[in-house]
Amino acid sequence: MKINFNINGTATSIDIADANTPLLWVVRDLLGLKGTKFGCGKAACGACTLHVDREAVRSCSYAIKFAEGKEVTTIEGLGDEKNPHPVQQAWIEEIVPQCGYCQPGFMMATAALLDKIPNPSDTDIDKNIINVCRCATYYRMRKAIHRAAEISQINTEENG
Amino acid sequence: MAEKKKRISRRKFLVRGGLGTVGVLAVGTYLFRSPIRRAMADAINTADAPYVGNTSTPVIWFEVTSDNEIIIHSPKVEMGQGTFTGLAQMAADELDVSMDQIKVVHANSISGNMDGFATGGSTSISSLWIPLRELAATMREMIKKEAAAKMGISPSDASTENGVVSAGGKTMTYAEAAKDITEWDVPDTPTLKNVSDYKFVGKAVPRVDLKDKVFGAPIFGMDATMPDMLYGAVVRPNAIGATYTGADISKAQGMPGVVKIVQEKDFVGVVANSLVEAENAKNVIDAKWEVGRNWQTADIEAMIAVGQGEPFVIQKEGDAADMLDTEDGIITAEYKSPIGAHAQLEPNGALAYVEADKATIMISTQVVKITRDEIAKRLDLDDDQVNIVPTFLGGGFGRRLHTPNAVQAAVLSKAVGKPVKCFFTRKEEFQNDTFRPPTHHVLKAKLNINGMIEALEHNVSSGDVAFGSPMVPGIAAPLLGADLGAWRGGMIQYGGIPNYRAVSWRQKLPFATSWWRSLGLLANTFAIESFIDELAVTAEKDPVEFRLAQIQDDDRGFRLKEVIKVAAEKSGYKDEVVNGRAMGFAASTDANTPCAQVVELSIENNEIKVHKVTCAMDPGLVVNPDQVRAQCEGAIIMGMSAALFEKMDVEDGQLTPTIYGPYQMALMKHAPKEINVVLLQNSDTPGAVGEPPLGPIGAAIANAVFRLTKERLRSMPLTLT
Repeated sequence: MKINFNINGTATSIDIADANTPLLWVVRDLLGLKGTKFGCGKAACGACTLHVDREAVRSCSYAIKFAEGKEVTTIEGLGDEKNPHPVQQAWIEEIVPQCGYCQPGFMMATAALLDKIPNPSDTDIDKNIINVCRCATYYRMRKAIHRAAEISQINTEENG
Repeated sequence: MAEKKKRISRRKFLVRGGLGTVGVLAVGTYLFRSPIRRAMADAINTADAPYVGNTSTPVIWFEVTSDNEIIIHSPKVEMGQGTFTGLAQMAADELDVSMDQIKVVHANSISGNMDGFATGGSTSISSLWIPLRELAATMREMIKKEAAAKMGISPSDASTENGVVSAGGKTMTYAEAAKDITEWDVPDTPTLKNVSDYKFVGKAVPRVDLKDKVFGAPIFGMDATMPDMLYGAVVRPNAIGATYTGADISKAQGMPGVVKIVQEKDFVGVVANSLVEAENAKNVIDAKWEVGRNWQTADIEAMIAVGQGEPFVIQKEGDAADMLDTEDGIITAEYKSPIGAHAQLEPNGALAYVEADKATIMISTQVVKITRDEIAKRLDLDDDQVNIVPTFLGGGFGRRLHTPNAVQAAVLSKAVGKPVKCFFTRKEEFQNDTFRPPTHHVLKAKLNINGMIEALEHNVSSGDVAFGSPMVPGIAAPLLGADLGAWRGGMIQYGGIPNYRAVSWRQKLPFATSWWRSLGLLANTFAIESFIDELAVTAEKDPVEFRLAQIQDDDRGFRLKEVIKVAAEKSGYKDEVVNGRAMGFAASTDANTPCAQVVELSIENNEIKVHKVTCAMDPGLVVNPDQVRAQCEGAIIMGMSAALFEKMDVEDGQLTPTIYGPYQMALMKHAPKEINVVLLQNSDTPGAVGEPPLGPIGAAIANAVFRLTKERLRSMPLTLT
């Protein structure tokens, strides 16, 4: 079955026998974008978090058939070294990652949170950022989330 | 530690050129005194392990690229602990290059630069502190000499900076100097610079892998790919002690995407065109298992009890045993810790490509050599026909000190003649972990008339830690007696006590138990430091003063006292409840690194809420203060997670739970809003960092809870009644 969707702003079409294949494996193994991680396969850890139409989605439990006609964004499409997303910029400033494996999922979840709540309180963060980090980088992540909100705010003001 | 000066062997410093795109390849080796003897002795005495790399043949340490970049081939793997960054700083300072001119990669096993020990035990920076800098300094001098010759000047007039050799107004890059040189003159090992002259060592330079990790680069084992790669899945046991006896594969044959079903004596696996297809086919294989006893948690708890199994006295001073062999005036308490899972986010697995006379294995592993040996044995290849290509680890924590699963990927690859990637599912990870063993502790003490400790004894019963590992061969166990992993952190650190004793009781459990970040430190410190607090309360003494008064006056004692004093001072430690918040104090010494922590917490909705942690640690010379802080912050929250939430059970012969959530761990909402790390450096060489800060946190929490509620929590996970 053919499924058409946008990946990081580019139209793509994939032909897949099993339309229930999780989006995660389509992104990683068919499209070759390895930044989105497998952690548990049961939507319990958040390592596979990406955006579907700007909403944070745990892609290990999201069948590819539901992506038809939608805009999928992964960590590779969030920003790059030349043009980092405020969340990535803040993650660099606070030197958040340790092993780094879960970090794309956290950054994608944070970007989606800032999209909805531009200046989240600690309570907002506690309620919405519920991924698992075994290196337990939570202390710096919280600082980075607040910093990302600041950077976004500054960018918005500068751009008018 | 006094040690014989180690030197680079001149005749072993060889150079090859022109490999691939690389301009120059420098190859050197480093000679050590007897690595085995030293490894064992130090592991026992100080829990300090040396670099035990190849000692007879040349190995690759550095490359100089034509872009004038230096690439370090690290024998230690990067699992988040920041070792790559520390090594880059150490080498850059002696090489006289800038941080952006240096890059660190994992050494492949065929390069020879392979640490036969492992990456673990908080030893990476300390074990390479001298060798790496001496190699870097030697290479700098070699390049300087060649540049001087090419520029027609005397090497003694030349200076080096930012990867450039300068003399008399002339300059030449390292790459230009090294170009086309095939015969190098190797100087005597240069004298190292003074640490105070270093530009990078001691500074909070950003992690060298930061951008890869922020922009999602494919650096982990599970991200590895090869052309024509297929996907494997192996049926793994779900019951304790299960032995594979065969399988009915009829349903799996002909499933979509299946390339081959591979039946071996010890396992059955599928190779398919995609991961989902491999998993689907695996799930309909009817594997047969011979299963032993129907184990339950209660059975395991009954086994882990002081008094059962084999006792080994691991520490003895004075006559504690006799003095405490009475009930008169003796204070005693028991503590427990549960089975812990590693729960690292990247599952175990490997990408293997086995060809006629060679095998290439890309894998997240902490044991490159052991994995290489396991593959070579199973495939009947020579060691140098197997190339282990280590990737960045999506968490290690000791879980990847056992990666025999690489063998299965290799067997599947051999069966189809193509590269095969084969990983665990999360459920398989939880069921087949090498768990942190449960523990039981009995502490006894007698106070003197002044309320100070006259005699103290710690008994710990634990499942195996080191003895469950291929790193400690079976013959070593009887020589060592006690399991050095199980008793890590189990010795009494208060040398001012006149009589003390520590006893380790070995118990072999029916499921795999082994290394979990900090080994026995977390549980042993929880028990000992909770008990010390109980004694202080009984003696009606301030717990900080009580500790300080019983530490001996030597170097080790001085460093422990300092971290205790600093933690108390910086936290404003008070032995009283203020605004519904209480403080708890605890300290530990792990691998010569003392660490003291003060927790400030309250109880909200009958849950323990940690607001602030102050941590004073003395790991000796700090190579990168930012990354040492990061290790402390992470270890504190990981330790909180273990102390407050984590617990595996055994139900009807199976380990459970098998998914995050039910296996409860600390999340963002549990993390303290404030963590204040103060680093002391009362030793001029770098010591252990990654594990020591896991020690005090459990006891510090329990001690704070006692001040708030008068309830003494003696069993992890700590649960309020």
